Amino acid sequence: MEKFTKFTGIAAPMPLVNIDTDMIIPKGFLKTIKRTGLGVHAFDEMRYNTDGSENPDFVLNKPAYRKSEILVAGDNFGCGSSREHAPWALADFGIKVVISTSFADIFFNNCFKNGMLPIVLPQEQVDLLMKDAEKGENARVTVDLDAQEITASDGEVIKFDVDAFKKHCLLNGLDDIGLTMEKAASIATFENRMAAERPWV
Amino acid sequence: MTAPKTLYDKIWDAHVAHESEDGTCLLYIDRHLVHEVTSPQAFEGLRMAGRKVHSPEKTIAVPDHNVPTTAGREDPSQMTEESRIQVEALDKNAREFGVHYYPVSDVRQGIVHIVGPEQGWTLPGMTVVCGDSHTATHGAFGALAHGIGTSEVEHVLATQTLIQKKSKNMKVEITGKLKPGVTAKDITLAVIGETGTGGGTGYVIEYCGEAIRDLSMEGRMTVCNMAIEGGARAGLIAPDETTFEYIKGRPHAPKAGQWEQAMEWWKTLFTDEGAHFDKVVTLKGEEIEPVVTWGTSPEDVLPISGVVPAPESFKGGKVEAAKRAIEYMGLTAGQKLTDIQIDTVFIGSCTNGRIEDLRAAAEILKGKKIKDGMRAMVVPGSGLVRAQAEEEGLADIFKEAGFEWRMAGCSMCLAMNPDQLSEGERCASTSNRNFEGRQGYKGRTHLVSPAMAAAAAITGHLTDVRDLM
Repeated sequence: MEKFTKFTGIAAPMPLVNIDTDMIIPKGFLKTIKRTGLGVHAFDEMRYNTDGSENPDFVLNKPAYRKSEILVAGDNFGCGSSREHAPWALADFGIKVVISTSFADIFFNNCFKNGMLPIVLPQEQVDLLMKDAEKGENARVTVDLDAQEITASDGEVIKFDVDAFKKHCLLNGLDDIGLTMEKAASIATFENRMAAERPWV
Repeated sequence: MTAPKTLYDKIWDAHVAHESEDGTCLLYIDRHLVHEVTSPQAFEGLRMAGRKVHSPEKTIAVPDHNVPTTAGREDPSQMTEESRIQVEALDKNAREFGVHYYPVSDVRQGIVHIVGPEQGWTLPGMTVVCGDSHTATHGAFGALAHGIGTSEVEHVLATQTLIQKKSKNMKVEITGKLKPGVTAKDITLAVIGETGTGGGTGYVIEYCGEAIRDLSMEGRMTVCNMAIEGGARAGLIAPDETTFEYIKGRPHAPKAGQWEQAMEWWKTLFTDEGAHFDKVVTLKGEEIEPVVTWGTSPEDVLPISGVVPAPESFKGGKVEAAKRAIEYMGLTAGQKLTDIQIDTVFIGSCTNGRIEDLRAAAEILKGKKIKDGMRAMVVPGSGLVRAQAEEEGLADIFKEAGFEWRMAGCSMCLAMNPDQLSEGERCASTSNRNFEGRQGYKGRTHLVSPAMAAAAAITGHLTDVRDLM
């Protein structure tokens, strides 16, 4: 996995609350057996008209936001299904960071597995970054994971929290399975104990 | 003396295989359910890394999301090319990695969350995961069950564990008795109406109270199934005699000897007196009405006697969301819910595709016909549910009323197979999500109980089922 450290990019405003995983990637695109190539279908039903043409009103179709790397979103982003196709589609589009007041649990976890950083902030700070994002491509926002800081376009610095283990994995581009396999002895010990205590499992 | 524990605390503690200093745990997984949509990339990952499935005997695969529900569906030409590739990939992966497998041709095939309990794979006190958010269903057995993403599917396949941090505890108590015509579906929707779709985020919910105790296992599965719609990864109900009775004798339930040993542990699986909950929600069972959804989020719930709300009656970001939902749904604020005309009825899904659901719908439909021009279908949750419904004469009632009687699968719950709504069509659906486009591009969904779906099929509009009882 690619390491996540620090970058500066364009933030797109998506103030709608409860943006669900069906909106992020409709089920018609779940029939892939690959992880890549979904970016063109991200937010498909909002992004394209019935005839396949682009909906010019959708934020990511506007010239200023076509190269967005950050989404500033309304409450409860990523609710609904467990489909990892949602973060795959966002990552393939080029999104590295999503900022909101809250995320659905499964989506939140899925982001980290794909080198993406979801950031939870209080309402006032999301509002501030939303206003910043509305300024368009001149409003470049910097996200520094190591320092746990977002720098808004006017230089204001916002601190954010992140789970220490997840941060470590993102900074170093670590593969979860490899890390867990280093603990194989603990898993084996647990299984031996369970074979006696709960043999029916 | 140890501090009192919740049911969630007990199951969690019984599955920690490793704990790091920062509280990150390796949680051991007892059952891993797998379907064709969220697993191909995980198996491919194993193959590329030269890894095996750690515990194939604890891994159960079944195709459900893509499969057609029409007769003769073993013929691959009934599927689109992409669906066929996914189903074939599961077939290949299941056989190559040696996991338990129920192919489309097997009568036991069905929706993964119906097959698991039906076959006795799901047992109290277990940890159960699947690359599907409705894994919460299995919590009805007092099992800690939740959805995971595909990277986590690969992680569980490779290590039989998940990297987890503990969630918070939430208690949802439904006191008293339900009134006639009110079902488990109305309970679970009413709870989401109360908490909102984000209200359970970060929590595991334990459902309790007299109205929950009175439910059958089928009803309890309906309640837990939609915990995720309230944002909670998992919902739990403490096991009791109803649970043990349901499990006993199922193909993969513990056999004599081990049964007694299992029961000894299962009977300790309840929340201790005085255990701490971080959040408590209480609803009075007798105050719950048959409910429907009017919008495009499962929290958009109202009693059937209500009217479409005005967006201005909400606060914050919900005002815009409600405006958008009312426009998408083609409704007007103030419109009576019972005036909403329906053209499609779908009975099925992991929420309401079990035998009791079909009985409840058939009870309303018996001797009646669906409205002229109505498209109505029943998609049993598994081949065995279908067979049982045929044996009980329910299939005849549905067919005589004008319903299509389909084969098992997820079907129009998420419309990945050919069962879909067309643009502008409006469905009374027993499924779990009314998101935009969920049942078909620009399709409109009203979530209801099976009895309410049957009532709407007869009258042609959203209807209070109690008027037909």
